[in-house]
Amino acid sequence: MILASIFESGVSIQFYIVLSTILFAIGVLGVLIRKNAIIVLMCVEIMLNAVNLLMVAFSTYFGNGDAQVFVFFIMVVAAAEATIGLSILVLLYRNNRSVDIGLFNKLKG
Amino acid sequence: MSSLEIIATVLGGLTIGSALMVVLSPHPVRSVLYLILTFFLISGNYILMNAQFIAVVNIIVYAGAIMVLFLFVLMLLNLSKDNEPKSSIKMKIAATFAGGALLTVLIAALKDSVILPKTEMLENQQGMVENLGQLLFTKYVLPFEMSSILFIAAMVGAVLLAKREKQIIE
Repeated sequence: MILASIFESGVSIQFYIVLSTILFAIGVLGVLIRKNAIIVLMCVEIMLNAVNLLMVAFSTYFGNGDAQVFVFFIMVVAAAEATIGLSILVLLYRNNRSVDIGLFNKLKG
Repeated sequence: MSSLEIIATVLGGLTIGSALMVVLSPHPVRSVLYLILTFFLISGNYILMNAQFIAVVNIIVYAGAIMVLFLFVLMLLNLSKDNEPKSSIKMKIAATFAGGALLTVLIAALKDSVILPKTEMLENQQGMVENLGQLLFTKYVLPFEMSSILFIAAMVGAVLLAKREKQIIE
């Protein structure tokens, strides 16, 4: 068990800012580059996790637990979001036999 | 360089690598498995920051529940590499430029940000279950109860959406 803060051993908060920014950009890249709607949902999860990582980093940095409660709530909302998103995708697949994200263009009418 | 610094750097690099593999691997099931690896590595980062409650919840909720759901849906729909929808090469280049531009702008904006010096603390205990439970059931008890309503709404919505229309009428 590591009791002393990691930020006292030389790791700077900038390291975690850069790390979570890169993770967020990877998530954005995945949403733009992939056409499989399930993978697009997974990349949204990567973006949520990048935000969670930064929140926990700052929570540890300032020694304040409130941000970790917020991370907990983000996870709750992400679980609900994944359930609804996947059931919409199952519906899309049932109607079209494909999970191409471009099929949502039909919503334009 | 201290040993913790080396561990943090290696863990961060592995996290970025496996997140990139989620985006780049052509096989959807392999993508899901890399995402599970990414979540475990992020949990490792949380443990390194002494946020033990969040680390365990991350493994249980994300790697346990959400990713199993994703894997189930992928296998139920029987998606494989052959019927994977492909985006055109022009689209890929444009997407890479857009993602790279976002990364550059964000890093340029955040690089020189002035961050308040950290509070002096002898022990870093706020990530423990005891302290977070104390916060969750006193200060944040209303959002906590609201989230259960959200879950009921999500559950009813998912059942209603996934059912066939004929079954609802009958």
